[in-house]
Amino acid sequence: MLKHLNIARFAPPFVIILLIGPICFGLFGTFAPAFGYLPSLGGLEFSLTSFKDLFAVTGLWQSAFLSLASGLSAAFISLMIVMGFIGGFGQSRVFRRVRQLTSPLLSVPHAAAAFGFAFMIAPSGFLMRAASPWLTGFDRPPDLLIINDPWGITLTAGLVIKEIPFLFLVSLAALPQLRFSETMVFARSIGFGRITGFIFLVWPSLYKQIRLAVYAVVAYATAVVDVAAILGPHLPPTLPIRLLDWMGDPDLSMRFLASAGAVFQLGVTLFALAVWFGMEWLGGCLTAFMRNRGFRGARDQVFRIGFLSAISMSAILVFGGIIMLAIWSFSGLWQFPDLWPQNLTTRSWMRSLPRIVDPLITTLVIGVISTLVAVILTILCLERENQTGRTGGNRALALIYLPLIIPQLSFVFGLQVFAIGFGVDGKFYTLAFVHLIFVLPYVFLSLSDSWRALDKRYDIIATGLGKNRFQVLMSIRIPLLTRAILSAAAVGFAVSISQYLPTVLIGAGRIDTITTEAISLASGGNRRVIGVYAFLQTLLPFFAFTLVSIIPALLFRNRRAMRV
Amino acid sequence: MDKKSNTIIDKLELNHIKINLNGKRLIDINASVTSGDVLTIMGPSGSGKSTLLAYIGGFLDKAFTASGTVAYGDLCLTDLPPHERRAGILFQDPLLFPHLSVLGNLLLSIPPSEKGKAHRRKLAFNALENSNLEDFADRDPDTLSGGQKARIALQRVLLSRPRFLLLDEPFSKLDMQLRDHTRRLVFDMAKQAGLPMILVTHDQADADAAGGHIHHVLNS
Repeated sequence: MLKHLNIARFAPPFVIILLIGPICFGLFGTFAPAFGYLPSLGGLEFSLTSFKDLFAVTGLWQSAFLSLASGLSAAFISLMIVMGFIGGFGQSRVFRRVRQLTSPLLSVPHAAAAFGFAFMIAPSGFLMRAASPWLTGFDRPPDLLIINDPWGITLTAGLVIKEIPFLFLVSLAALPQLRFSETMVFARSIGFGRITGFIFLVWPSLYKQIRLAVYAVVAYATAVVDVAAILGPHLPPTLPIRLLDWMGDPDLSMRFLASAGAVFQLGVTLFALAVWFGMEWLGGCLTAFMRNRGFRGARDQVFRIGFLSAISMSAILVFGGIIMLAIWSFSGLWQFPDLWPQNLTTRSWMRSLPRIVDPLITTLVIGVISTLVAVILTILCLERENQTGRTGGNRALALIYLPLIIPQLSFVFGLQVFAIGFGVDGKFYTLAFVHLIFVLPYVFLSLSDSWRALDKRYDIIATGLGKNRFQVLMSIRIPLLTRAILSAAAVGFAVSISQYLPTVLIGAGRIDTITTEAISLASGGNRRVIGVYAFLQTLLPFFAFTLVSIIPALLFRNRRAMRV
Repeated sequence: MDKKSNTIIDKLELNHIKINLNGKRLIDINASVTSGDVLTIMGPSGSGKSTLLAYIGGFLDKAFTASGTVAYGDLCLTDLPPHERRAGILFQDPLLFPHLSVLGNLLLSIPPSEKGKAHRRKLAFNALENSNLEDFADRDPDTLSGGQKARIALQRVLLSRPRFLLLDEPFSKLDMQLRDHTRRLVFDMAKQAGLPMILVTHDQADADAAGGHIHHVLNS
C-alpha cells in the first residue's frame, strides 16, 4: 500500500541485486570466454589458450606495469597532497578559498579535464606559449613527447589533478565527525607542527572513514580508459587501452583474447590494491615509529608551502585547461607562441553543431533517466532505513562501493556478452541501466548523510498530526531535503555524463554520446573540434549544478532556515 | 455527545507498559489519565523516560523491547499504525516545518475531514487569533521569536484534533518568564479541549504546575 510505503521494503534488496547482479553476470561473462567457453563463437571447451595467447602479446607486461605504476602513484600523490594540505591549512582562511575553488572541479568530466590538461602542458600548449620565446627561446613548438610520454608521467599527473578534488571533498565530508579543530589545538599546544600533529592524531581516523573512496581511486586509476586514451603512452599503451582495442576488433575471435585480458586487468587492479594495503601497513609503521620517537615536526613551513602550491597548481591546471578548451573552440588562427588567437570565430561550433545534436540529446536523456531512477531508489532505500531503524552499516557501504572498485573493463565487457546474447546491446534502456550501476552509488553516497542528519522529530510530529508515511515523505522529508536531493542528482548526472567505457561497450557503436565522440577525437588532434566537444562535456554537469543551486534558492527564497 | 460518555471515552489508559533496553528495565507503568488531567513522568535525563512517549505514539526505536497496551476508551491504540493514533506531540523545540509559512504549518495539520479551502483557512486563522498572532500567517516561521514559535506549535498540534497530548520537556528550552506563561497556556488550552496529557520532565516546577499524578522513573 502506498500510504505505508511498503514498497520501500523491496528497495534495499532490489538495489543490492542491481549492484551485485551485473557485477556477477559481467564477471562470469568475462571469465567464461577467457577460459575458452563462448558457445556463440564455437568455444565449448575449457582451455587456457587465450591466456597463452595473451601472455605471448609483445609488451603486455610493460602495459600492465604502466597501468599499475601510473595508477598507484596517481592515487598516492593525490592522497598525500590532500592529507598534507588539510593538515597544514585545515584551520586557515586559505582553506575556505581552496575549498570553494576545488568543489566545482569535482563535476568536470575526466575526459574534459584530461583534454584541458593536455592543452595546458603540450609542447604547443599554453604554458609553453607563456614561456616562449622570452624564456625558452622557442619560436616553434619544441619536439618533445610530453603528452603520451612513454613512462606515463603525464597520465599520472592528469589523474592526480582530477583525483585531488574527489579525495579532498570526501575528506571534508568526514572531518566534522572527528573533532578536528580541538585536536589540532591540542597538538599545537604540545609542540607538534601542523602537518605532523594532523598525521599523528587526526589522519588515522579520517583515513578509516575515507578508505573505500581511496580504494575506488586506486582501482579507477589502474584501470582507467578515457584519461589514458588522451594522455597515456602509445607504444605500448596501458593495459586497458589495449583491451579496449581488442574488444572492438572486428575479428570476433579476438574476444577470447580480450576476455583473458579483462581477467588479467582484474588481477592487475587487485594486485594494485594488495600493494596499497602493504603501503597502508608501511605508512602505519612509519608513523608509529616517528610518533614514539617523539617526532614533533614543528618546522614544517616548507612542506606547508609545498602542499599549498601543489593543490593550487592542480586546481589552476584544471581550471586553466577548461578555459583553454573554450578558447580553442572559438579560435581562428592561433600561432605559436601567441598567447591569444589572432581572431575568434564561431566556425568550429557551427561546423560541429549538426553532428553534435544527436549525441547531445542521447547524453542528456540517458543522464536524466539513470539519475532519476537512482534518486528514487536511493530515497526508497533511505526511507526503508527510517522504517527499520537500521542502516546497512559498513557491509552495505562496501557493497555500494563495489561497482566503483571492481574495474569497469573486467565486468562491463562480460555484460556486453550477455547484452548481445539477449539482443539488447546498443539499446537506450540497456545503456541507461548500465549507467545506473555507476550513478546509483554516487547518488546514494551524496544523499545518505543529509538524509540521516535530518531531525527525525519532524517525521514524528507530522505522523502525530495524522500524516501517513507517504505523506510525511512527500510533504515533509523531500521538501526539507530539496537541496541535498538535487545536489545528489547533479552528482549522478555528472557521473552519467562522464561514463565512457560502458557507453562504448554497451552502446555497441550505435549509441554516441558527447563523451564517446570527444574521446574518439583524441587521436585526430584537431584542437578546435576537441575544444567544442570537451567544453560542451564540461558545461553539461556545470549547468546541472548551477540549476540545482538556483532551484532551492528560488523555491525557499522567503525561508531563512532552508538556506545553507 | 453528553458529558458522561465524553468522560468515559476521553480516558487514556496505559496497561502494564514495560520497556527494556538490552535486558534493562527502563519503564514499568500502569496508569490512566482522564481528560484535562496531566500524568507527569519524572526522572533524570538518560533514564529513558521519553521512550514511554515514543511507545505510546508508535515511534519506539527497534532497539527497545516493549510490552503492554495503550487504550483510548474502547480503542486499542497500540493496534493502530502511528499516524492513526492521533497523538499530539510537543518537543522542547517548536520544530515548525521550516519550508512552510506559519499558515502552511497550520493548514497542514488540519485533518482532511475538514473540507473546503475557505473553511480550512478559517480554522487556521481562528487558531492564529487564539494566540494573538493574526498578522503572522504569511511569515517565515524562522523569523518568529521563541515564544511565538511555541504558541504556533501549540496551535498546530491542537488543530490536528489529537486524542491526547504527549509533552516531551516542552518548556525546558524557554527562559524562566516565558516558561511559566507557556506552561499555563498549554495546560489551559489542553484542558479546554479536554485532552489527557502525559508530560515528561526533569523539572519539579513543571510537575507542580501540572498538578496531576507523578510517576518517577529512576536512574538505575
